[in-house]
Amino acid sequence: MTPAALLVVLVGLSLVAYVLGKSRALATVGGNRGIRNLHSLPSYYGALTALWCAIPALVVLGAWVAFQDTIIIKLVTSHMPASVQALPASQLGLVINDVHNVVAGNVSFENARPEIRAAAQEYLELRSISRYALTALVLAIGIVGIVLVRTRISPQFRARNAVERMVEWALIGCSLIAVLTTVGIILSVAFEAARFFGKVPWYHFIFGLEWSPQTAIRADQVGSSGSFGAVPLFAGTALISGIAMLIAVPIGLFSAIYLAEYAHRRFRAWTKPFLEVLAGIPTVVYGFFAALTVGPMLRGWGESIGLPVASESALAAGLVMGIMIVPFVSSLADDMITAVPQSLRDGAYALGATKSETIKQVVVRAALPGIVGGVLLAISRAIGETMIVVMAAGLAANLTANPFEAVTTVTVQIVTLLVGDQEFDSPKTLAAFALGLVLFLVTLGLNILALHIVKKYREQYE
Amino acid sequence: MSDPTTQPPLASASSASARRTPKETQAQVARSLRRRYWAERRFRFYGLAAVLLGIAFVVFLFGTIFLKGASTFRQSYIKVEVFYDPAVIDPASTRNPDDIRGADFQAVVRAGMRQLFPQVEGRKDVRDLARLISSGAAYDLRARVLDDPRLIGQRETQWLLASDDVDMLMKGRIARGTAEEPGPLNPNQLAWFDQLRQSDALELRFNETFFTHGDSREPEQAGVWGAVMGSLFTLALTLLLSFPIGVAAAIYLEEFAHKNRWTDLIEVNINNLAAVPSIVFGLLGLAVFIGFFGLPRSAPLVGALVLTLLTLPTIIIASRAALKGVPPSIREAALGMGASRIQMVTHHVLPLAMPGMLTGTIIGMARALGETAPLLMIGMVAFIVDVPKSFTDPATVLPVQVFLWSDSPERAFVERTSGAIIVLLGFLVIMNATAVVLRNKFERRW
Amino acid sequence: MDSSTVEPKREAAAALSPDAGVNVKPSGRRAAAVEEDSLVLRGEVQTVGTVTVSDPLFHCEDVNVYYGEKHAIKHVSIDIGRGQVLAMIGPSGCGKSTFLRCLNRMNDTIAGARVTGAIVLDGQDIHDKKQDVVQLRARVGMVFQKPNPFPKSIYDNVAYGPRIHGLAADRVELDEIVHTSLRRAGLWEEVKDRLSHPGTSLSGGQQQRLCIARTIAVNPEVILMDEPCSALDPIATAKIEDLIDELRATYAIVIVTHSMQQAARVSQRTAYFHLGDLIEVGETDRIFTNPRHRLTEDYITGRFG
Repeated sequence: MTPAALLVVLVGLSLVAYVLGKSRALATVGGNRGIRNLHSLPSYYGALTALWCAIPALVVLGAWVAFQDTIIIKLVTSHMPASVQALPASQLGLVINDVHNVVAGNVSFENARPEIRAAAQEYLELRSISRYALTALVLAIGIVGIVLVRTRISPQFRARNAVERMVEWALIGCSLIAVLTTVGIILSVAFEAARFFGKVPWYHFIFGLEWSPQTAIRADQVGSSGSFGAVPLFAGTALISGIAMLIAVPIGLFSAIYLAEYAHRRFRAWTKPFLEVLAGIPTVVYGFFAALTVGPMLRGWGESIGLPVASESALAAGLVMGIMIVPFVSSLADDMITAVPQSLRDGAYALGATKSETIKQVVVRAALPGIVGGVLLAISRAIGETMIVVMAAGLAANLTANPFEAVTTVTVQIVTLLVGDQEFDSPKTLAAFALGLVLFLVTLGLNILALHIVKKYREQYE
Repeated sequence: MSDPTTQPPLASASSASARRTPKETQAQVARSLRRRYWAERRFRFYGLAAVLLGIAFVVFLFGTIFLKGASTFRQSYIKVEVFYDPAVIDPASTRNPDDIRGADFQAVVRAGMRQLFPQVEGRKDVRDLARLISSGAAYDLRARVLDDPRLIGQRETQWLLASDDVDMLMKGRIARGTAEEPGPLNPNQLAWFDQLRQSDALELRFNETFFTHGDSREPEQAGVWGAVMGSLFTLALTLLLSFPIGVAAAIYLEEFAHKNRWTDLIEVNINNLAAVPSIVFGLLGLAVFIGFFGLPRSAPLVGALVLTLLTLPTIIIASRAALKGVPPSIREAALGMGASRIQMVTHHVLPLAMPGMLTGTIIGMARALGETAPLLMIGMVAFIVDVPKSFTDPATVLPVQVFLWSDSPERAFVERTSGAIIVLLGFLVIMNATAVVLRNKFERRW
Repeated sequence: MDSSTVEPKREAAAALSPDAGVNVKPSGRRAAAVEEDSLVLRGEVQTVGTVTVSDPLFHCEDVNVYYGEKHAIKHVSIDIGRGQVLAMIGPSGCGKSTFLRCLNRMNDTIAGARVTGAIVLDGQDIHDKKQDVVQLRARVGMVFQKPNPFPKSIYDNVAYGPRIHGLAADRVELDEIVHTSLRRAGLWEEVKDRLSHPGTSLSGGQQQRLCIARTIAVNPEVILMDEPCSALDPIATAKIEDLIDELRATYAIVIVTHSMQQAARVSQRTAYFHLGDLIEVGETDRIFTNPRHRLTEDYITGRFG
């Protein structure tokens, strides 16, 4: 049976288990009239039986499916001719890929090379054995589960508590996924990055001024494929993020202030959702806008006043990124400003301050920690933003502070290095993970700091 | 004051300001007013300018995209009298579908075009003439014949898909070109173009191809259907995974977990994950799901796994807020009746919190729909013509399609890209509107 | 009890004889009280006692405040004199704070609030178009129920007013203003070594005195105090009360208070509000020893409040 079919059978089996458990529970107390003597409702006994039937079997099924292929491939390769086994890992991978293709039917049997054909044959045989074994095992486990629970069912048996404990564990499991994600990110990125730093020294990466991963001289020579000095990327990221913040912070802050403190209620009700639309637009749309509208427009303006502007200038990307971040800044600033207690405003008004004096010197001053936290979050967003820069900023790793030139960023390089065909071992691919690690650590630091500041600020006025 | 004698003596007047009478102070305040009210107006103007600038951006952005993209939904077609010549399609009269599939339908198209312009002679000119029609037209004819082999030997009038250059010229997106700066169409083709227009044999009709086809190298044959289906598969699986997991996690954290360092850690962790750049999730997906577990690249399955991890924080945060909104009195009432905690949650709290949770989930899904960067990492960026049929077929999604097309040099792809963006925005509007309606309908004040 | 006359509120009421000391109605005390109660219900209460003073700083006539539909202050007329403390007492929600906020137009900041009637400060109606609200508030300072120091240093808190109004020509003068204000607020000795510390680092009572110093620094004529001691402990309250007594020499002070003892201790005149009506005004000693209106008496003797 294929694993998918087995899954369906297993679901059917647990339905049977439910009925069996429920009927058994009712039988112990003599049918529906004795139901009051049961500790839990009959359905809990059914549910417990079904869970014990399904969960262990599912675990086995999952583990089996996850490792089946690896084990079979190990066996198949060990039976391959010695000449094949002696191949380096990357070429062996290609051979195994061929086997997979034949097995999957992508390549017909007749067209394959003899050793591949033999291996595929063996693969299929082993897989069918494995499937028989799996079917027998899973069904056996399911039935054993049913029998075990059924024999334990008695009127005193606390089925509800047992079911609820299992549910609670499931809930805990779900909440752990978030933690596992973080751990997964750190492990996967750090692991690959460590391999990169095994090939390219870390100080080269952090302090090197030249970035040209594409210029491989000889593929088999370690560390010789290009230079991996990431400073131009960091500088480019900083330049574009800086431009973005120059746009986003004043516009976001001023519009938040205007809407929170000055605007008529009706004006606010109309304009606020309008501005929030900006937050819902996918970044790829901004990227398109930056690359096809803003970029050429800026270049045209530059030409008309005799200023050389690259068509993929940092300015275009930064400008559009700034627009994207405006609603982010303004909604955070709005939260912070409305959190400032009215009593502070009253205090300033009572001294004869005008509205703008109150806002500038009292409200914004009081909201400053929160606003700073929000701006830090916005910076983290700008640094991590990918699509706009991929589409509108260039690939040229120029080390410049001129916003009219093309620069590249960390995220652009991650995408360029990883999109398309790649070998998993080349420093070029691994460099992407090293950049990812830097990106993750920097944004994580900013986020933790910002969330901490914002939390402290909220507590202050609660 | 009007009467100085009633003015009480100032106590311990030592400083200049303290010696100053209120009258003098008021004069000073009055003198400062002009400057301050000017600053007030200026400040207020800055605020208004910022708001208006923001609105202008929105209008400009949408304006350019709609201006560029609206014409995608209409496409140029040329009216051709098609003769399904048996000598070309099925010379052996086998009516065998395999033979028909291999037949040269381009020749049928060419013949049809020559009938419109019988005076055209010479290989080069005939080829130029045929180039007015998209290469996709031949496939359409083939599909018709395969559908109904009785057509062989018959004549019928068909509107055939025009090439992208004709389409662009028709829509006025490219110049006709001059002697010094020739456009994509040569003078002969331009003449035919004008003739076709005059005889009403060339017109803009509803662009069905765009909504029924997958990607293509030829802009006039490229459609969003493949990407829409890819997005659908990916989002469906994302929803299936992230909603139950997110709600379960929120229930645990809000209703069961005791406040301690461990739950604090989870909470900080979730808040941070919500702010981690999406591309990092792509790296995770590449390293773990593809590198470690060996799942297929470019598949909606992997895309959905990555997007699940990406949207989980959003859904958990929204769901927790919804749970927090249920008043404790309801929990106490349920527990007081002897319900277990699980029963309390499933019977009482969850139904009340559900609208809020659904709203949060829809917003999370809308974000997932627009997400591009992590999907590039896991290879959903491939050129895929076929419409995906399962979770493991190679697929692409709408935003990635936008990215791919925006990179194409053909002029016509700019229009397609904008068209795809309009479709994408359409979906987003529907989703967000649903969320808003849901919120307004079920929002409860306790 | 010298000039205990009744100030009739309306022209129609003015026709009634003002000779009776207690009430215009020629009936016994008990009957009058009943009559007044029904008048309260109809919102046509006549204020008992002397509402005028000889040289008023503020002259309020027929002041009404509406919050949307709610009629929060009903036809209140009262004068506020110079160099004395006027206490406004009454049960919660009686409108005394609302009325106080009218005097420097703080109600402007509340959406839906509407004020009618005349509030004349020194011959000029404060709602007059010519009256600038910034200028008004510089003349009429206010101290709030909860101390609300700005999130700035102690020095900057006090210097805020002079800075925005441009009252100090240079740093030296500003220092002088700050020092004098702090000294007069009785806070100087406690904070002179930590002027750069944040204002919020002070204790509640010190914060409230900081807010008073902040108000004094603008050199106002009137200081409005809205239950300035309600958030403070007894010792801090005593200090503020002493301070009010000192400040009386320089400023006209209007204080809203919940505590009758406080009103008795610090004020020279007392006004009793009830459900938006000004029931009785008079010398503080007289109000507390011999209230004329039954509602005032009930309140002062603790029958409600």
